Amino acid sequence: MADEVVRVDRDGSDTVVISPLGDVDMSCSPTLRTTMREQLDARPRRLIVNLDQVGYMDSSGLATLVEAMRTAKRHGTRVVLCGMNEKVRAIFEIARLHQFFTIVESLAEARES
Amino acid sequence: MNDRPHICVELLSNPAYLSGARELISSVCKRLGFDDLTCSKVALAVDEALCNVIRHGYKYAEDRPIWIRLWPLFDAEHRPDGVKLVIEDEAEQVDPETMKGRDLDDIKPGGLGVHIIRDVMDEVCYERREKVGMRLTMIKRVPRCCTPMRLSDRARVKRGAGDCDG
Repeated sequence: MADEVVRVDRDGSDTVVISPLGDVDMSCSPTLRTTMREQLDARPRRLIVNLDQVGYMDSSGLATLVEAMRTAKRHGTRVVLCGMNEKVRAIFEIARLHQFFTIVESLAEARES
Repeated sequence: MNDRPHICVELLSNPAYLSGARELISSVCKRLGFDDLTCSKVALAVDEALCNVIRHGYKYAEDRPIWIRLWPLFDAEHRPDGVKLVIEDEAEQVDPETMKGRDLDDIKPGGLGVHIIRDVMDEVCYERREKVGMRLTMIKRVPRCCTPMRLSDRARVKRGAGDCDG
């Protein structure tokens, strides 16, 4: 597992971009979960999860995103996912979660959403 | 099950080894004629099965054994037909009838692993092992459009090897 599992960037004062780096599985989902909780505690207006460095995600990653989405709704934070490859998108479709999340193609599109 | 597995791996129940197991399964499935996306999905099913053993069977203990065995499958005309995977553990036995995915309309974290396994694989069978632990047998068929694999004729296992009766 790489030293840096998740990168956090800020776009201005109201948008946070969280970028998992590498596979999101049971071994690194806890780190992603902690990072998302910390960022959501600050109640940003928008949280973008950029998945363009993620080659693989399992159900622990999905669970982390579902949990974050629920927290975000309570906080009034808009969550946008972007940069999914077809393998990552497949698990969202298998779990029928692709309609639960706002998913766009690119980070640029997420910033404009 | 009398046929010798083509691959037999024992790993400890440490999540750090999940990526290695996925890469092994995905690479082998590629050689068996599956397309890239299906290779990834089969690896996902194995990953989810291992995660369930680690999470529910071994309660996150990282030093317990898990075995993965793999057989390529062939049809009656000796064409490549798919893959059979068996995952075994020494965890506490549970009623196989309880191994069902949850209702997907109930959006909540967790509980998706069994649903994913049953969605991805063509055949799934949970059963108790003879003395201790559980056995999960999974089969995935190669779509007829996929490229045939390159394995020797002597290494063939016929399609009927997918039964879940050990």
